[in-house]
Amino acid sequence: MIANLGYAALVITFLISIYGVGAAVYGARKNAPAWVESARNAMLLTFPLLTLSALGLVYLLVNGHYEVEYVASVTSNSMPLYLRVTALWGGQAGSLLFWTWLMSVFASAVTLRKWDRDREFLPWVITVSLVTLAFFLILVIFIENPFARIWSVPFGQPIKAMFPPAGAELLVQPDGRGLNPLLRHPGMIIHPPLLYLGFVSFVIPYAFAIAALITGRTDDRWIVITRRWTLVAWLFLSLGLILGGRWAYDVLGWGGYWGWDPVEIAAFMPWLTGTAFLHSVMIEEKRGMLKRWNMVLIILTYDLVIFGTFLTRSGVLSSVHAFAQSAIGPLFFAFIGLTFITSLALLLNRWSELTSEAQMTSLFSREALFLLNNLLFIAILVVCFWGVIFPLISELVTGQKVTVGPPFYERSTGPLFAGLLLLMGIAPLAAWRHSTAKTLGRAIWKPFIVSLLVLILVLFRGIRQPAALLGFWLSAFVIAVTVYEFWRGMMARHRRSGESYPVALWHLAGRNRRRYGGYIIHLGVVLMAIGIIGIEIFQTETQGTIAQGEQISLGNYTISYESLSTFDTPDGRNVARAVISVYKGGEYVGELYPRRDYYYESQQPMTIPGVRSTMEDDFYVLLVDWQPVSTIGATFKVFHNPLVNWLWLGGFVFIIGTMVAAWPDKDPEPAVKVVRSAGYAPAKA
Amino acid sequence: MMLRTIKPLLSITLLLLALSLIFVPAVFAQEGDPGAPTDDEVNAIAKQLYCPVCENIPLDVCGTQACAQWRELIREKLSQGWSEDQIKNYFVEQYGDRVLAAPPARGLNWLVYIIPPLAILLGVYILYQAFRAMQRPTSPETSTNDTPSPALPPDDEYVARLEEELSKR
Repeated sequence: MIANLGYAALVITFLISIYGVGAAVYGARKNAPAWVESARNAMLLTFPLLTLSALGLVYLLVNGHYEVEYVASVTSNSMPLYLRVTALWGGQAGSLLFWTWLMSVFASAVTLRKWDRDREFLPWVITVSLVTLAFFLILVIFIENPFARIWSVPFGQPIKAMFPPAGAELLVQPDGRGLNPLLRHPGMIIHPPLLYLGFVSFVIPYAFAIAALITGRTDDRWIVITRRWTLVAWLFLSLGLILGGRWAYDVLGWGGYWGWDPVEIAAFMPWLTGTAFLHSVMIEEKRGMLKRWNMVLIILTYDLVIFGTFLTRSGVLSSVHAFAQSAIGPLFFAFIGLTFITSLALLLNRWSELTSEAQMTSLFSREALFLLNNLLFIAILVVCFWGVIFPLISELVTGQKVTVGPPFYERSTGPLFAGLLLLMGIAPLAAWRHSTAKTLGRAIWKPFIVSLLVLILVLFRGIRQPAALLGFWLSAFVIAVTVYEFWRGMMARHRRSGESYPVALWHLAGRNRRRYGGYIIHLGVVLMAIGIIGIEIFQTETQGTIAQGEQISLGNYTISYESLSTFDTPDGRNVARAVISVYKGGEYVGELYPRRDYYYESQQPMTIPGVRSTMEDDFYVLLVDWQPVSTIGATFKVFHNPLVNWLWLGGFVFIIGTMVAAWPDKDPEPAVKVVRSAGYAPAKA
Repeated sequence: MMLRTIKPLLSITLLLLALSLIFVPAVFAQEGDPGAPTDDEVNAIAKQLYCPVCENIPLDVCGTQACAQWRELIREKLSQGWSEDQIKNYFVEQYGDRVLAAPPARGLNWLVYIIPPLAILLGVYILYQAFRAMQRPTSPETSTNDTPSPALPPDDEYVARLEEELSKR
């Protein structure tokens, strides 16, 4: 009953979306506001309908309706309530429904908020949103239907279908197979929704870009409207990526946070183009340049978002056969191809109108450096995309599968990331328009000296690896430059207005939150870089089997195996939990409890590390194997991960910075007027 | 589908294991326990290998039974005195190039290493052209406008620039 209701809501939403697209296009073409208004209502109606459908699925999940195939595949009797709710995005069909629901939320929010201004964009924004929504609804209705049930037929295997085949009866299973144990972690519960929030909210700036292309409003209005959207989308995507890394570190049990897996890369690629976009729109806003390039970037981001949604959940890119056999793969590719070609055609149609309003006057100007930054982001994108796609190409051409693993990505992107760090240090000091090597040098020499001092300090600590030295030096340089920028601004304001230093700093940041939020983000990135350098270059590990009371040493650390206990938990796990004592430099620093959880339902083991975490380093212990009698011994794998906590700290700073940048302005206009009348600003140069 | 690929694999692995087991006692007898490879030596090699079943999970951390057997195989080979390269080649011969973390640079695989640098070079070229195109037409009017007034001392120049930048949101 509920399943039918949920499914019916999906079908009705689909029909309404199709109608809405027609009404919006007709209304815009014929200049008929009534039709556009009707399209708007259609858009707004998708939200309650999809909410109903999603709630229907949640109801089925919570109440254990295992006759529904999706429910049986992601929940079980032993799962607590909160996990059953989050099982909504625990599998492919459910996550696609969740995606459509988020899409309807965002698109409705836009039509509600932005309706009075910029009317000419809105029919097209609705069209793009509804086309995207309709595509995902096709997937959910016809291919990955979360409401499909299992039917037992008189002869043959049970059938999965929405409606009963002839003579079939509903097959009600007593219990489900349960959620993949890897997904039963707080990090994994919020990681997918955040990623999806990021994915879906990038559709909105794309929709406005397409609207600008169709209507021919080639000024930067679409960028101004969507500026905050884009930042929020980027915030969610960044948060999703960081939490994904944290989850991997806590749960996957390989002592790392990022493994260059295609699924991770799929979420990373739209982030790369999105980040490039965030930088290059500033050039368009300030200088009226790069209009075409910004269009290209947002189109790329949109299609990478669709690609990422497809890749993160389906796994069909693992082989050509899997791709060919799935119905969902070709559809995704057709949609990506269609939207990409249509968008490019629209762009080419306006190509001559999207000309630069200004010239590039100096290679040392900020806009030139931003362009270099864009080049580096796109270069990383090319490496990632090629690495994900190449195994398929190889299989298609030669029939041989190859693995493109971490060594490929690390070697190719390492120098590019270093280049980005360097730019992060130089660009904030470069002026817009006119900047010469001389003016830049004058601004840069102080932070440069500071960074050299840090480099000497690092050398004194006995660090000799060239990559580490370069990384630490660049990090010090960016920190010095960023702090210097805050300092200079604060001092200047203090001198002019006589405000106390903290007040001056506060007002300075308040004057242009995007700028200073951006600098905070830079600081976050550098802190993350320090953590990454620490774990990537200085990680050490060892593995050994020891009996009770015996010890393993790694560097300065020693662990002593104390005891091991195995027990069952009410939520269907068998837990083997070791107790080990940790000694640092011979001194006792505490106990750790690495454990192995075995999930009976899904028959999957999980290795949960015991971690002693400080800002200096993480000591990370895995229980690899054990004997029933603990005196015989247990096998431990031990990692020493220097500085890795800086990665998480940096992530935190990064998110704060993004929030500062994206925080809504009350009313930006008066501030500008006051400044102009106060006469500080030079006559428009 | 999965089972079909795993079965022959498993049987091959088991056969190899059984074969290698025959030789192990002899080796142990010759070298004694101190020569037995440590877990770290095994992991150092396993880290660089990927089994064909578990996509994208390096062998040293993979938890499946098949991967545990592969690790044992590495251990046996090490105790027989095989070198790291010999062991890696052995796995490549048995299961193809896909066991390596990155494709060996030959044949079509060259593309994997060549395309990104080429694309990046192309990007550099496009950027260079774009710079030139954007720099070319400088009318006398804009060039006078674009010259910063040299009279300003460095600090005031910075403040003026800052104010200007902050005012234009």
